[in-house]
Amino acid sequence: MMKNVGVIIELDNGRVKESNWGMITLARQKNTKLFAFVINAAPGKLKPALELFGITNIVDICFAKDWENNPAKNPAVWAKVLINVIKEYHIDAVFGLSTAMGKDLMPRMAALIEAPLIMDCFSVDLENNLAKTSQYSGKTIATIKLTGDVLLFGVRPNCVEPVEAQVSSEILKFEGTHIHSKGLKVIKAGDTDKSSKINLAEADVIVAGGRGMKNAENFTLLFLCAQKLKAALGASRVAVDSGWVPYSMQVGQTGEKVSPIVYIACGISGSVQHFAGMKTSGMVIAVNMDENAAIMSTCDYYAVADALKIIPELTKLL
Amino acid sequence: MQIYICVKHVPDSAAHITILDKNRIEENVNFLLNPYDEHAITESIKIKDKYPGSEVIAVCLGKQDAEKTLRSAMAMGADRSILIASDALHDSIATARILKAAIEQDGNPGLIFTGKESIDSEGMQTQFRIGALFDFPVATNVVRLDIEADAVIVDTQMSGGIANTYEMTLPCVIGAGRGLNTPGYPTFPDVVKSKKKPVKKIALTDLLVETAHSSTNIIALEPLTQTRTPEEITGNAKEIALKIVNILKEEAKVI
Ligand SMILES: Cc1cc2nc3c(=O)[nH]c(=O)nc-3n(C[C@H](O)[C@H](O)[C@H](O)COP(=O)(O)OP(=O)(O)OC[C@H]3O[C@@H](n4cnc5c(N)ncnc54)[C@H](O)[C@@H]3O)c2cc1C
Repeated sequence: MMKNVGVIIELDNGRVKESNWGMITLARQKNTKLFAFVINAAPGKLKPALELFGITNIVDICFAKDWENNPAKNPAVWAKVLINVIKEYHIDAVFGLSTAMGKDLMPRMAALIEAPLIMDCFSVDLENNLAKTSQYSGKTIATIKLTGDVLLFGVRPNCVEPVEAQVSSEILKFEGTHIHSKGLKVIKAGDTDKSSKINLAEADVIVAGGRGMKNAENFTLLFLCAQKLKAALGASRVAVDSGWVPYSMQVGQTGEKVSPIVYIACGISGSVQHFAGMKTSGMVIAVNMDENAAIMSTCDYYAVADALKIIPELTKLL
Repeated sequence: MQIYICVKHVPDSAAHITILDKNRIEENVNFLLNPYDEHAITESIKIKDKYPGSEVIAVCLGKQDAEKTLRSAMAMGADRSILIASDALHDSIATARILKAAIEQDGNPGLIFTGKESIDSEGMQTQFRIGALFDFPVATNVVRLDIEADAVIVDTQMSGGIANTYEMTLPCVIGAGRGLNTPGYPTFPDVVKSKKKPVKKIALTDLLVETAHSSTNIIALEPLTQTRTPEEITGNAKEIALKIVNILKEEAKVI
């Protein structure tokens, strides 16, 4: 039987974020019809790109700018509207990115209709209603069976290689956006769209530093290197707890979970908890003075060397 | 005000996980209080200090052994606790229904805390489900909280160090994030005192929770095996840097 599958498109400056394409590729399975949920954007502009990846229906969801309590940014309002979209188009499964935005939106949707949801999954089988995600600090992979009328999947960014599948699409205008949120008001929504920083969870390359960086100043070395590589900057908990870098840069079990194409770990020992956050990286390169550090036996390339010497050399070459 | 904190008894993050019967883990490892819940408890105690007369109650759905986690919560300052003892594994849909029933049976929540996620199942959703069942507003990954007479203002951590600021009416549900505060370690007298604090034990069957029509069930659990074969990059600093650049160019194709 044909399934209607919705994908929540995450935007960046009015453009579709790169990480959506892998998610759409994952959602596009046998006997599926793909609906893109496009919120507060000009759908016409996005149409060619969405068609290239197999979207046949673009649902245009626009919030009035002057509506009270800034609903254009209110995740509780978004969740309610998206549930109405799901009902209107008889959607069987919804995919979204397991990003900060997705983590504030998808569980709200699931809770409203008591639908099953798996966050941070990296594999989905819509024929058998199965999803795979990591559990126990990334030490195990769980295969989970979802049972319910509508199934929700929060997809780990970068976990699926995007594959094109050209189709043509139609734009459907969804009108029912005048919904109130009882209880939750947005005072200020940090404009992620305008931030020039490369987002850790979605970066292709991450350069990360740990205790071995020794102080906050040395993180500038990493920052310069990351800039040249167009990479995001990451850190171990020790670097965060020492006050060298903000918590938002922490990778690991109690930080961000990332799967970049390349993860370069500098002065990081590779604790179980750090690994929990970067295990699914494509390639891991470690620079560490201690050849017996755990990371040296769980990476693809390692150099037994002083990161403070290697990084500036690397920056010069980029 | 009654402040309820939903806490979870989870395997130590450093524990070696062994898989049994395809979808369970060997539970013969050290279990402790979920780390994010420590922030929830610490924040509740701060609120109690500001509003004397408030009561902080830790609630846990877990096996009998979870009493240990509740004792930790009480050593950190919770006044009393509730244990809904059950050996079964419950998904977040069932867990939220059970916690809601237990809280409702016990009192009148002014605030409900959870951690932003548990480090075992990493589901990130129980807080929202509890909120929906009570019809309370919810914020997750909260890193700052200001409480006023009938509202709370929270900052929630978004990506790239950016925060959103929400105002919520009370009662509401807060998923504590790591930036919220710095939990202190309980002192020896705190631990001694916690042993005398009451733990109310309720049988799951007494809560008369109806089974939801939807669910998530773990059908298989496999260890994540390491497939990398490390290769050493040698040379002086310049040579190593050059080799890394080549790897990034030729193999990873990121530059
Ligand atoms: C519940 C819990 C949750 C946690 N969550 C996280 C988490 O999310 N993320 C996280 O990272 N940690 C987390 N931790 C902490 C974790 O256990 C480790 O303490 C931490 O990851 C270690 O950080 P590190 O590798 O920077 O430091 P260390 O383990 O001290 O390692 C430093 C490394 O740097 C090397 N070094 C020193 N100088 C140099 C140099 N000049 N050049 C090259 N190498 C050098 C050393 O050889 C060493 O291997 C958590 C812990 C607990 C208990």
